[in-house]
Amino acid sequence: MRLRTPAPLVAVLALALLSACGSGGSSRTIIVATTTSIQDSGLLDVLLPAFETQTGIRAKAIAVGSGAAIAMAARGDADAVFVHDPKAEAQAVAAGDLVDGVLVMTNDFLIVGPPDDPAQVRAARDAADAFRRIAVAGVPFVSRGDNSGTHAKELTLWTAVGVDPSTLSGRLESGQGMGATLTIASERRAYTLTDRATYTVLRATLALEPLFQGDAELVNPYHAYVVNPERHRGVRADLARAFVRFLVSPEAQRAIAAFGLERYGEPLFVPADPRAREEPGR
Amino acid sequence: MTLWDGVVDAFRLLGRGDPYLLDVVRRTVLVSGAATVLALVGGVPLGYLLARTRWPGRALILAAVHTGMGLPPVIVGLVFYLLLARSGPLGRLELLYTPQAMVAAQVAIAAPLVVSFAAAAFQSLPDELGDLLHVLGAGRMRRLWLLAREARLGLLAAVMAGFGAIVSEVGAALTVGGNLDGSTRVLTTAIVLEASRGEYARAIAFGTVLLLLVLGTNLILTAAQQRGR
Repeated sequence: MRLRTPAPLVAVLALALLSACGSGGSSRTIIVATTTSIQDSGLLDVLLPAFETQTGIRAKAIAVGSGAAIAMAARGDADAVFVHDPKAEAQAVAAGDLVDGVLVMTNDFLIVGPPDDPAQVRAARDAADAFRRIAVAGVPFVSRGDNSGTHAKELTLWTAVGVDPSTLSGRLESGQGMGATLTIASERRAYTLTDRATYTVLRATLALEPLFQGDAELVNPYHAYVVNPERHRGVRADLARAFVRFLVSPEAQRAIAAFGLERYGEPLFVPADPRAREEPGR
Repeated sequence: MTLWDGVVDAFRLLGRGDPYLLDVVRRTVLVSGAATVLALVGGVPLGYLLARTRWPGRALILAAVHTGMGLPPVIVGLVFYLLLARSGPLGRLELLYTPQAMVAAQVAIAAPLVVSFAAAAFQSLPDELGDLLHVLGAGRMRRLWLLAREARLGLLAAVMAGFGAIVSEVGAALTVGGNLDGSTRVLTTAIVLEASRGEYARAIAFGTVLLLLVLGTNLILTAAQQRGR
């Protein structure tokens, strides 16, 4: 009985499995660092295939918080970003990491909480007043705590009312995405700040109601940028520019306007182009 | 109830051959299968050396391997992310957010398990066996292979431990793969996405499929292991 060692066979098997995993990065591929709200709402599933069909470019969208997305850009690890933290964006533009920014769409932040509203946020005059009521009542408030765009807005509002959020008696910090944070707030009968898209998508599973909305302070703009190729070698700026241009093209803008209408009865994002708002399509 | 709906959903999706689900399952098997095979290729010989030869530093490496079994996958993922990102030392390879990167990270997670189980399996063989084969004129590779056949019960346990650990981990798969639809989305990262979208029944359905996949693999391996006992 001759038994041969199977090493060559095993190596061939491993290589076959590896190649079956599919091809890696091609030159017509870009990395887009983006936020969880854009992924969790499902908008990316609409925009990315349309972009690939139109241009033949594959966009690999990595959904992290806006803070992490901009950090990826600052290290040159992404080609484009699609985020919603105007303050951090402005810093990255000033530092020379982001260029060619465009406004793609907006939605708004909502202050949500338990339906019986123990802090009486419904009666608030403005967003800052709503946060003040939460602080004074000492009710639980779930903070994202993850450097996301929503977390940045939360901190801006606490600063506006002169409250150090770390001293809040009812503060909980989830350190997670918007979806997980809303679920925690719902289970703990807590208040939280959320973007409209994620709340609308999860609404049916939550015991939370929108208690305050509509203040100009709560507008939530989403911008797209190209990572500066002069600062970061290896950035595929031409392809990234094509992606940013695509986001503000009539086709993408109409898709954004129509997104969620059918399923949730209301749009989740408002496209930047006013013409697309009037006739959402496809 | 969501929990029950999800389990029923799993069988409905499998029954009608849902293309999205099958695509994710296929990729899960390929990525974690390739990683398990690679971990075996390196891990079994190392386990053999650790179990059946004596050299300085051996105990230290064995302790390091045992410690590696407790390594959080998310840390492994972060290390590979920093290595493979464009700004990292291996950035030129452009491997980040590819299935190959996931395989690499999963090899690192599975290897300590495989080495540790393999070392235990080889150690349980009688010492004289290796000497006997030596006397009979078997070369080093032949001896390893013949002893591996003798230790196959323990080695198949190594396969099950390694595959089970990486097919069900999410931290490294998410960090290094990026959960890209059609390219790096595997069952665990699909579950995370569905859960964050509030699609709990679908998340449970995918989890059920993952359990069925691991169960099926282990049934096959256990049958092979117990055959001829």
